[in-house]
Amino acid sequence: MSTASAAPVRSRRVRGAGLGVAAWLIGLLFFLPIAWMALTSFHSEADAATNPPSWAAALTLDGYREFFGVGGGASPWPALINSTVASLASTLCVLLLALPAAYALSIRPVKKWTDVLFFFLSTKMLPVVAGLLPIYLFAKSTDFLDNIWLLVILYTSMNLPIAVWMMQSFLAEVPVAVIEAAHLDGARLPTILARVVAPIAAPGIAATALICFIFSWNELLFARVLTGVVAETAPVFLTGFITSQGLFLAKVCAASLVISLPVLAAGFAAQDKLVQGLSLGAVK
Amino acid sequence: MTATTTAPMATAGPAQTAGKPATRLRAWATRGPLLPALIFMIAVTQLPFVATLVISFFDWNSLYPDARSFAGFANYQQVLTDADLRRSVWTTVLLTVTVVLASLVLGLGLALLLDRRFRGRGIVRTLLIAPFLVVPVAAALLWKHVLFNPEYGLLNGLLHYVGGPQPDWISNTPLLAIEASLIWQWTPFMMLILLAGLQSRDHQQIEAARVDGASDWQIFRHLTLPHLRRYLELGALLGSIYIVQNFDAVFTITSGGLGTANLPYTVYQTFYQAHENGLASAAGVLVVIGSIIIATFALRVVSSLFREEASRA
Repeated sequence: MSTASAAPVRSRRVRGAGLGVAAWLIGLLFFLPIAWMALTSFHSEADAATNPPSWAAALTLDGYREFFGVGGGASPWPALINSTVASLASTLCVLLLALPAAYALSIRPVKKWTDVLFFFLSTKMLPVVAGLLPIYLFAKSTDFLDNIWLLVILYTSMNLPIAVWMMQSFLAEVPVAVIEAAHLDGARLPTILARVVAPIAAPGIAATALICFIFSWNELLFARVLTGVVAETAPVFLTGFITSQGLFLAKVCAASLVISLPVLAAGFAAQDKLVQGLSLGAVK
Repeated sequence: MTATTTAPMATAGPAQTAGKPATRLRAWATRGPLLPALIFMIAVTQLPFVATLVISFFDWNSLYPDARSFAGFANYQQVLTDADLRRSVWTTVLLTVTVVLASLVLGLGLALLLDRRFRGRGIVRTLLIAPFLVVPVAAALLWKHVLFNPEYGLLNGLLHYVGGPQPDWISNTPLLAIEASLIWQWTPFMMLILLAGLQSRDHQQIEAARVDGASDWQIFRHLTLPHLRRYLELGALLGSIYIVQNFDAVFTITSGGLGTANLPYTVYQTFYQAHENGLASAAGVLVVIGSIIIATFALRVVSSLFREEASRA
């Protein structure tokens, strides 16, 4: 009797452990390219380009030195600074525009607020290429090409719908009763916003900001078409990085890793809210 | 693109009668905070599209600006009959469908694995999210040079250990190479959405089914999968929206060569390198029409999830 009931339990436990191991293996497999990229970035160019791969070759910082232009070559700093400016400034603009909009769509909703919400979403589905040419022609005729502030405007429009949706869903979590109670106690709107709404919505707002930052930092098409020498961003710099023949793997790995670091950091920081942001607030 | 008409939604909020100055003022006070964002979006996203629509009816090469003339539907005719452009439509469809389906299936498997309790689940989750957080251009470069390189790429290096062949991945199977890199990046996205779906299941119901003697497969087939349907749809449609527009991977891995040019790349090339503004605009308008078809479904899915969420609250 006891053996008959113990067997299925044990088999279930063994299978559970097996599935856990499988999850670990697949996780490591998915991470392998990144781990290999990190390892290669610390190898010398000669060790990076061997077959079979040199796993235990001596470590060096040459790839990073090369990327940062220590031994001559273009410095990535202007591009990194441009990317930082474009990402931070556009994220700030997004927050400034999205916060009041989300307020008008959740806490004190306007009429037909769902229609407005879906208008924002529908702009996200408009392919970037469809509007690119007029923007390019406009920028060219107004001497706005190769200007980082043009990217700031475009990145703001790219991220605003996501931010409005996310923040609408975060602000909707603030209980109306609490706001009404504060109102009855004589609190004015700015006080209510600062003392009641902000503390509840702050983690969501932070996650929204991080996701907007990631999308701006990653963007290539606008930056590629609309910037040149002065306003070049990090992804554009990266695409122009491999011009020389010869060995460059360590350098490319170092460059890719450095440029991805802010995104990896922001992504892991916003991990819990990542799905909600990427699914435009549809999945909680 | 006021696709709002495709998402009929019940209007919430108290009905207001605009008439008395006081109510009208209050209505504007409510609307006020919304206006900057709304006006900004219309100006930056809708106006350029209108311009694209206008340009698409002109024969206009920016190298010969004086020869600009009204062309009617000639650009559309050319786009629809041009062999390269037609192939890029097909490439776009193939690329999108393959990447979305493969990453959905993989993402579902991973989500099911991660839904179980095991040692180090948080770490595995973090490892799996990482590919999605590599800058797309960097990911494309990584796959092109570090993994796919026929002489010293990691893939052939690993094959070398088992005495396997040493194929030139990108030349032999260019589209598949692009798809592989995109699937690697998008599987985590699908996994996250589906994991959220799995975790929102009714666990009492599953427990009850198990007590009634349902097998794991029966529970998956009859309880989990129907519940996940909406999340699968959402993942597929959001994935489609992003991957239809993919530019980074195609641009970096093959530069649109070897028959891998998708529509965004072709439009980019048509005006950026061939300077054919009219043609590029017509192609752009067609991309938009394709997107609207996808978007209509996408909006419906999002709005049904949204309504469900609203009714639960």
